[in-house]
Amino acid sequence: MAILEVKNIKKSFGKTEVLKNISFSLEKGEVLAIIGSSGSGKTTLLRCLNFLETPDNGSITVDSKVLYDSEDKTTLSDETIRQNRLHFGLVFQNFNLFPQYNVLENVTLAPTLLKRGTDEEIKEKALELIGEVGLTEKIDSYPCQLSGGQQQRVAIARALAMNPDILCFDEPTSALDPELTGEVLKVIKGLASADSTMIVVTHEMEFAKNVAHKVIFMADGVIEEMGTPEEVFDNPKSPKTKAFLAKSLETI
Amino acid sequence: MSFLEVTAFLFDGFKISLLIFAVTLLCGAPLGLPIAFCSMSRFKTVKSISKVVVWIVRGIPLMLQIFIIYYVPGLLFDFPMFSQIDRYFFINYGISDTGRIIAVLIAFSLNYACYFSEIYRGGIESISKGQYEAGYVLGLNKSQVFRKIILKQVIKRIVPPMSNEIITLIKDTALANCIVVCEIIKQAKELAATKAMVWPLFYTGVFYLLFVGILTIVLGKLEKKLSYFRS
Repeated sequence: MAILEVKNIKKSFGKTEVLKNISFSLEKGEVLAIIGSSGSGKTTLLRCLNFLETPDNGSITVDSKVLYDSEDKTTLSDETIRQNRLHFGLVFQNFNLFPQYNVLENVTLAPTLLKRGTDEEIKEKALELIGEVGLTEKIDSYPCQLSGGQQQRVAIARALAMNPDILCFDEPTSALDPELTGEVLKVIKGLASADSTMIVVTHEMEFAKNVAHKVIFMADGVIEEMGTPEEVFDNPKSPKTKAFLAKSLETI
Repeated sequence: MSFLEVTAFLFDGFKISLLIFAVTLLCGAPLGLPIAFCSMSRFKTVKSISKVVVWIVRGIPLMLQIFIIYYVPGLLFDFPMFSQIDRYFFINYGISDTGRIIAVLIAFSLNYACYFSEIYRGGIESISKGQYEAGYVLGLNKSQVFRKIILKQVIKRIVPPMSNEIITLIKDTALANCIVVCEIIKQAKELAATKAMVWPLFYTGVFYLLFVGILTIVLGKLEKKLSYFRS
């Protein structure tokens, strides 16, 4: 039984059709990598899943629960949207840590406000997560005192603290210096081996190939190709995929 | 009159200046917030009304606004409210100027609320969308996001422009003497008129300078306190 089922998602901004009929599903514990050139709709798709955008058409089902269905004409209340978001976590390209809080507070803020346990339980879990991303020595540091890679690892711990069913990453290493991407990818890889369900939008082809169970190649708002990493990377069928891969693997 | 007597006489006036300063800050600063929210409203009418109000209040000299607030009830409704309050308090309690001071406080609070609202608006709009979204995807609601995430970042950003306005405010209180409220400059003019002493007029500057000095230190401390994070 798929944990996530996305059907016929369409989204336009004004006259620009950004997503044209996107459907896919994801099993529990699977890692899905979404690749494709800029402007192909990858980020918008993630934003629809996290209810930062409302799709014009289609449905989103998590764990057999329909979170969104465009057929249902009643508008979602703010509270329903908020509840829906709890199924997903999102790690942003530019981290978006809360600057006025230190590392520990960044991780505990949401669980504390949403009363996900006693203060001690929340702190204990936060410390465990911060340990997992390797930042135990930095719990008292503020975001401005951390490197980009460290900030992104805090952002991952922060997202995990809410225990989402599906964790989404929006180009998590694109804003990082090349020497810092490794530490973040390593953390994501660690999560993958711990059977977290994840959707990773990425430009790191090697990473997608090694970590993902399933790869989607998007072009111009449609899923151009979908399959296992071997199918998509080694034997692409669509000419667009071939061209994209050739370009991205090109050595200069 | 000795130097000390003059100082005491002027300080009586400066107490009124400080009163206008404090009340304007206490009323104007909170009142600016709803005005700022109206100026950012999704509803076009609310937004337009708010923008027009801010335009009028910022576009007319504060001195003129004091005259308007003070004289309009009497001229328009034949009910000189503020001079009646003056008389009532003078007859019953022996306190003069009460109505005039209230008129000044209303004019000042409204005027400064509009200036503050624009500072707030600028501060709120300068926070990146990503900060809101990071809060929302964690499952926080709008009010939690604003109170727990956005507000402190806004405060940090508005401290320097607010400091500027607050320093201007203490000097603006001198405008109250246009409807004969006995603030410090009015007191000094009184000495010039009745005792032919001009130097107290210049001496008032020392009061302002000292107070602005204290304000600068306090506001600087606040700025420093918020410098532990960058946003």
